[in-house]
Amino acid sequence: MNALKKLFGGNTRQFGMIFALVALIIFFQVATGGNTLTSGNVINLFNGNSYILILAIGMVLVIIAGHIDLSVGSVAAVVGVSVAMAMRDWGIPWYAGVLLGLALGALIGMWQGFWTAYVGIPAFIVTLAGMLLFRGLNQFIGKSNTIPVPRDFQYLGSGYLPEVGPDTGFNNLTLLLGLAGVAFVIFSAVRSRSHAKAIGAHVPEAWVVITKLVLVCGAILFATYLFATGRPGTSFPIPGLILALLVLIYGFVSSKTIVGRHVYAVGGNRHAAELSGVQSKKINFLVMMNMSVLAGLAGMIFVGRSTASGPFDGVGWELDAIAAVFIGGAAVTGGVGTVIGSIVGGLVMAVLNNGLQLLGIGADLTQIIKGLVLLIAVAFDVYNKSQGKKSIIGLMMKNFGRNNEIKPDETTRTKDVIHREA
Amino acid sequence: MTSHTTHSDPIILEMRSITKEFPGVKALDRVSLRVKAGEVHAICGENGAGKSTLMKVLSGVYPHGTYNGDIVYQNEVQQFKDIRASEHAGIAIIHQELALIPELSIMENIFLGNEPTKRGVINWDEARSRSIELLARVGLRENPDTPIKEIGVGKQQLVEIAKALNKSVKILILDEPTAALNESDSQHLLDLILGLKGKGITSIIISHKLNEIEQIADSITIIRDGKTIETLDVKADGVDEDRIIKGMVGRTLESRFPEHEPKIGDVLFEVKNWTVGHPQIEDRLVCKGSNFHVRSGEIVGFAGLMGAGRTELARSIFGRSYGRFISGHLYKEGKEITLKSVRQAIDAGLGYVTEDRKSLGLNLLDDIKTTTVSANLEKISKRSVVDDNQEFAVAEDYRKSLRTKTPSVEEGVAKLSGGNQQKVVLAKWMFTDPDLLILDEPTRGIDVGAKYEIYGIIQQLANQGKGIIVISSELPELLGLSDRIYTIFEGAITGVLNKEEASQESLMKLMTSARKAA
Repeated sequence: MNALKKLFGGNTRQFGMIFALVALIIFFQVATGGNTLTSGNVINLFNGNSYILILAIGMVLVIIAGHIDLSVGSVAAVVGVSVAMAMRDWGIPWYAGVLLGLALGALIGMWQGFWTAYVGIPAFIVTLAGMLLFRGLNQFIGKSNTIPVPRDFQYLGSGYLPEVGPDTGFNNLTLLLGLAGVAFVIFSAVRSRSHAKAIGAHVPEAWVVITKLVLVCGAILFATYLFATGRPGTSFPIPGLILALLVLIYGFVSSKTIVGRHVYAVGGNRHAAELSGVQSKKINFLVMMNMSVLAGLAGMIFVGRSTASGPFDGVGWELDAIAAVFIGGAAVTGGVGTVIGSIVGGLVMAVLNNGLQLLGIGADLTQIIKGLVLLIAVAFDVYNKSQGKKSIIGLMMKNFGRNNEIKPDETTRTKDVIHREA
Repeated sequence: MTSHTTHSDPIILEMRSITKEFPGVKALDRVSLRVKAGEVHAICGENGAGKSTLMKVLSGVYPHGTYNGDIVYQNEVQQFKDIRASEHAGIAIIHQELALIPELSIMENIFLGNEPTKRGVINWDEARSRSIELLARVGLRENPDTPIKEIGVGKQQLVEIAKALNKSVKILILDEPTAALNESDSQHLLDLILGLKGKGITSIIISHKLNEIEQIADSITIIRDGKTIETLDVKADGVDEDRIIKGMVGRTLESRFPEHEPKIGDVLFEVKNWTVGHPQIEDRLVCKGSNFHVRSGEIVGFAGLMGAGRTELARSIFGRSYGRFISGHLYKEGKEITLKSVRQAIDAGLGYVTEDRKSLGLNLLDDIKTTTVSANLEKISKRSVVDDNQEFAVAEDYRKSLRTKTPSVEEGVAKLSGGNQQKVVLAKWMFTDPDLLILDEPTRGIDVGAKYEIYGIIQQLANQGKGIIVISSELPELLGLSDRIYTIFEGAITGVLNKEEASQESLMKLMTSARKAA
């Protein structure tokens, strides 16, 4: 799959962030004396951050389209409390609760999308209002109480893949999942390559592809090993599973489909997009609505994990999600960013959080460090752009990228070829 | 020219042998300009001749050191390093796009950047009394506290002049001051310029409206292709419009166009009674009952001055992407069509290459291949999923056929030269396979070699039976390329000339006046 290329590349900041993530993990692994890359810690890390990462997926699309959404925490909270109340008071089953939550998220999203796209109020204002409005609604509905959710709903936020099959010393489903992931990555790379060859499109050099495959598969297998060898009862967490699924879907939609292209086009140059036939209002409506649906999902996962809905769920989430997106390479002016980049950005923040915690550093210092990381990551990129050169990491990575300069074709006469076009 | 300088010398300003180069283009080539104290001096030339560039050199927008040659002002060689320096010396420029802040009041605008202070605090009493004085001088009866956005363009122009007068201006430069004004506002402005002349203020005026120049100018300097052609003394030389036009366009057409035998077929596209209102201003029309048609295989030119409504006409037809639609009918191959959105227009077989490549035509963040397919993603998609490989192949095809100079189609469009960017935009529209392609200033900012190639592409598209509309400010380009040329003046089509009967003089006449309304 060509996405593999985008998985790694796209822009230099994303390269940089993948390196930063790996470097951070290694640093904390050493500094904590091996306590970072343990099954328990990695599982914890995923469980504690999956909802932020889910928000980052929606947020990157909003930011690519040139907007921002400040209301996600409040939306998550109002969906969480509504679903919790519905399950407690009306006794609806967990799956109906999930559907209700998604529908509610969509409804809220339509509200925000309407004001942003069709009335033309900047999303910053619409969602600032939404932040207040939906926070208030959460406390109004729940009367500022904590509302517990049933056991099967909690599975959504704190469940693990079950133990099935023979005792291999690993969690079998996790193992299968990891192997399936590796097979998928290899299969799609091979298929894409042969397809590109068949139609004469550009084919990356073999060693580049193989190197990337080895690295990606190695990472997947190592993660699989960690997840499959956790303490009894734990394995790959359900929120992680949902996250992985969403990353695949949204990564695909954003980079491969017409709608995805249109989101980038609207964010890059709205006028040019409109004059190319893109219905920018519809696109803006869709990204805003989608964000609230994902916020609803994140809210439900959080409620499931914390076993109850509360009046202060989701406070400050919007900032974590936005930070993840910008660290992950998105541009404040829109038009730039990737789903996978935002996930990497979110993981950088999560690993930083987690590592500093393991080292026993207080919340005060942790926040200071996180703030500086955000600032420096974006400053680095802005500086490089203003200098018109690639980042140092980008230069180091040059050979990993495509290096085939195509010479301008001087021999074809314009006339000849337009005849051919005709 | 000797630099004799005595105090009786009536020359207040002399620009000597000014040469200004931009990357790849020589905008000004040893241009000279001599302005007498207390006169109204007009600068005439086609769009792109270098008039505005010259004025930007004079006013310090292009600071000393970025051009060659000397500016001698009040008998001294000046080295303006920015606009403030030239303003300080008494040279004020009023740009085509007014530099006023709509939310601030008339008074605040007049004193912006030049606020009268008393112990560091703005002295509004003084500002108010001075602005009342200034407004009286320019003949504007408005409360100084009125916000700028609440007065019309004509009055805003007067505020700009008041602002300049406040800085005790000696030379007032007006760049197309009446372009956006109606008849009576224009007349008022011209009278004011004459009035200021009576008070010893020298004016330099750039205008396309030759009748106005004839009316108020004492001397006229004509610039063509970045060179001074001549300076005329209006009274002594008995200058009239025809004389000015001759100077402006008097170039011989070189063979700047590929050979082309038109193969013109039936009427492909017809527009009837097309009337469109300005998007913001309630009762201003940008297209007034326009009628025209394009045959298949025909290249139809649209000539008009900047602001005449050419782009507005094109964009309002292209899925109503500009203005308020009021009335009119579109016919394609004899059948009436309704195009309410750009999508519909594209689906109906229209394409529109925008005038302003960077702000309207391209997403500068995109690479070449993404741009090439961006108006017709459906063609390379299956069930709404874009095929990357096909995208690459399509872009590669166009890169070769249009000879776009780039290392790869994965290069960002922002890195390309103007000519190559335009090729990418053309490729984007060729990929939608339109029947009617509208090209708005297709060669603006493009060097001569690339122009030739783009003309070739346009002709080949016509040969495929497509109808082509070319909007251009460069008359030689229209004459060289078009089979038929419509002229537009103030939103109305004022005439249509066949290739044989069109000349720069005849076109210029039709596009500067409504007299010969067709």
